[in-house]
Amino acid sequence: MLVDFFLHLKARQLPVSTNELLALLEALEARLVSASLDDFYLLSRTILVKDEALYDRFDRAFGEYFRGIEALPGFAPEVPEEWLELAARKHLSEADRLKLQKLSYEKIFEQLKERLAEQKERHSGGSKWIGTAGTSPYGHGGYNPEGVRIGGESVGNRTAIKVWDQREFRNLDDSVDLGIRNIKVALRRLRRFARKGAATELDLDGTIAGTARNGGWLDLHLRPERHNAVKVLLFLDIGGSMDDHIQACEELFSAARAEFKHLEHFYFHNCVYEGVWKDNRRRHGEKLSTWDVIHTYGPDYKLVFVGDASMSPYEIARPGGSVEHWNEEAGAVWLERLLATWPHAAWLNPLAEAHWGYTPSIQMIEQLLGKRMFPLTIDGLERAMRSLSK
Amino acid sequence: MKFQGTDTYVATRDLTLAVNAAVALQRPLLIKGEPGTGKTLLAEEVARALGMPLFQWHIKSTTKAQQGLYEYDAVSRLRDSQLGDPRVEDISHYIVHGVLWQAFECDEPSVVLIDEIDKADIEFPNDLLRELDRMEFHCYELHRTIKAKHRPLIIITSNNEKELPDAFLRRCFFHYIKFPDKETMQRIVAVHFPVLKHELLKEALEVFFDLREVPGLKKKPSTSELIDWLKLLLAEDIPPEALRAKEAKDAIPPLHGALLKNEQDVHLFERIAFMARRKQP
Repeated sequence: MLVDFFLHLKARQLPVSTNELLALLEALEARLVSASLDDFYLLSRTILVKDEALYDRFDRAFGEYFRGIEALPGFAPEVPEEWLELAARKHLSEADRLKLQKLSYEKIFEQLKERLAEQKERHSGGSKWIGTAGTSPYGHGGYNPEGVRIGGESVGNRTAIKVWDQREFRNLDDSVDLGIRNIKVALRRLRRFARKGAATELDLDGTIAGTARNGGWLDLHLRPERHNAVKVLLFLDIGGSMDDHIQACEELFSAARAEFKHLEHFYFHNCVYEGVWKDNRRRHGEKLSTWDVIHTYGPDYKLVFVGDASMSPYEIARPGGSVEHWNEEAGAVWLERLLATWPHAAWLNPLAEAHWGYTPSIQMIEQLLGKRMFPLTIDGLERAMRSLSK
Repeated sequence: MKFQGTDTYVATRDLTLAVNAAVALQRPLLIKGEPGTGKTLLAEEVARALGMPLFQWHIKSTTKAQQGLYEYDAVSRLRDSQLGDPRVEDISHYIVHGVLWQAFECDEPSVVLIDEIDKADIEFPNDLLRELDRMEFHCYELHRTIKAKHRPLIIITSNNEKELPDAFLRRCFFHYIKFPDKETMQRIVAVHFPVLKHELLKEALEVFFDLREVPGLKKKPSTSELIDWLKLLLAEDIPPEALRAKEAKDAIPPLHGALLKNEQDVHLFERIAFMARRKQP
């Protein structure tokens, strides 16, 4: 029962498991929902889908499955007849039921099945199809006394076909997007735990040993809790061609902020030169000397650049190549200095990897970093973090 | 025994179905949704409606899974042993029961709220897999397995700050509270303000939903903010006409501080309002 439906969801790349199918069957057996396809949709979504980002995919898969029904062996397994009958009894008044005798239950359900199979899209009004506000015997909010209500009575409830056709969760599907939580999960690869900071955790072994050594007098030993001890320096390219990637960078930044206790960030424009800044609004007033940065943070920091690395090759190779000011030393010299100070480094590039070959400056920087440039995608982040933790 | 929403909580059809499925099949129910859509409130209302005791476990970034089961207070015991307290002989005096232990030992079916599970460490949900699945755990200090007398209804809320592990999700039912549409919102407001002037409500909802449509807002105002704002409007006795002045010279709704919580959002909104004003002849 429902195995076809289950396999269909699986084929549509919804991560459903056998356990969940069994839970759904259990729920059906417990008569949690009555005959309505609408309730069945809600119930199966509650049990099978565990992420609102997948709601849209589920809606589509559900719609496909229950529309393409004629190709499948029988509609009955999906909405058993006795449920429909049950619902009809529940929703119809005594008078209605008398009238309904003209049209036997079998006949109604026969037609309903046919129409469900025939129906290709959601329908409102009209006199034949299942949908809202029509005079057809099937659907919801209609006028036909012999109508079989598909869907409940509550205000917020919509008719069967309509709910998933609306695809309300359209923009939550995250198969393309790079959300903050994904970034965090990727960044988590960098975790290295160490005991540091204030001693707050009871060291039981130490206490017992100490107490024994004390001749039975209590000698409490405390130790610091384990913390993520990775330290990260984040250099962010800002302005110019990076304007297209602000959203991705913001997300990366806020994810990194929450994940690392020791995170320092600096901004630069296009390429790193003798000055960087911490607050982009006061970039000209409060420039920090890059030398100071090099001298401040120890070699145990990991260096992460974020930038599209798209610029004129002169900005990297030549003194005075910067578009903003006169730089005494070439960008490449500064990059090499930074890389010599912090050997664990990676460059994250928001441009798609396929386009890197067309911009000479990207290739130059990739070379300077020893091929440690990664695209700003989940996969790229994972690779970058793996390379950083080597 | 079915949950249908209460006199102070409007539950949509899909939400009640999810709750009833979790009650009937005794699975944990994971609730997600925009902040301020009543996730935490749900557990309280379900407990009230079904007449079950509620155990709340609010998760912080430092919370460990073990704390929900029990904690062994070794320091007190060591201290007592120094003082020669006879209680020290029995280790069970030093086992501090956690929320899940209390719920498992409860003599009637109960509701357990695990609030904001995403605040904890990424491993936290994994540490609770067996406990949520079998509703039992082993207490090593007492050499005893604590088994639930009645499987409690577990409601878990998440704000999506961390991704939850798959193995954990497989064991839960899931419901995403989507933002209420205008009709549902009217019912929600009616529940909170039974005597609100119809005019005022209509205008306020209009302003509210318009505001949610403003592109680029960092934090869209949510239900709880709407309720707060209505409270303020009532307290200040703002007439509905003041809200209707959408095209007029002041396009910023009164007391908008209750709706917009982010400085940047307020700026953005004021800028848009300013531009709209300039377009007027």
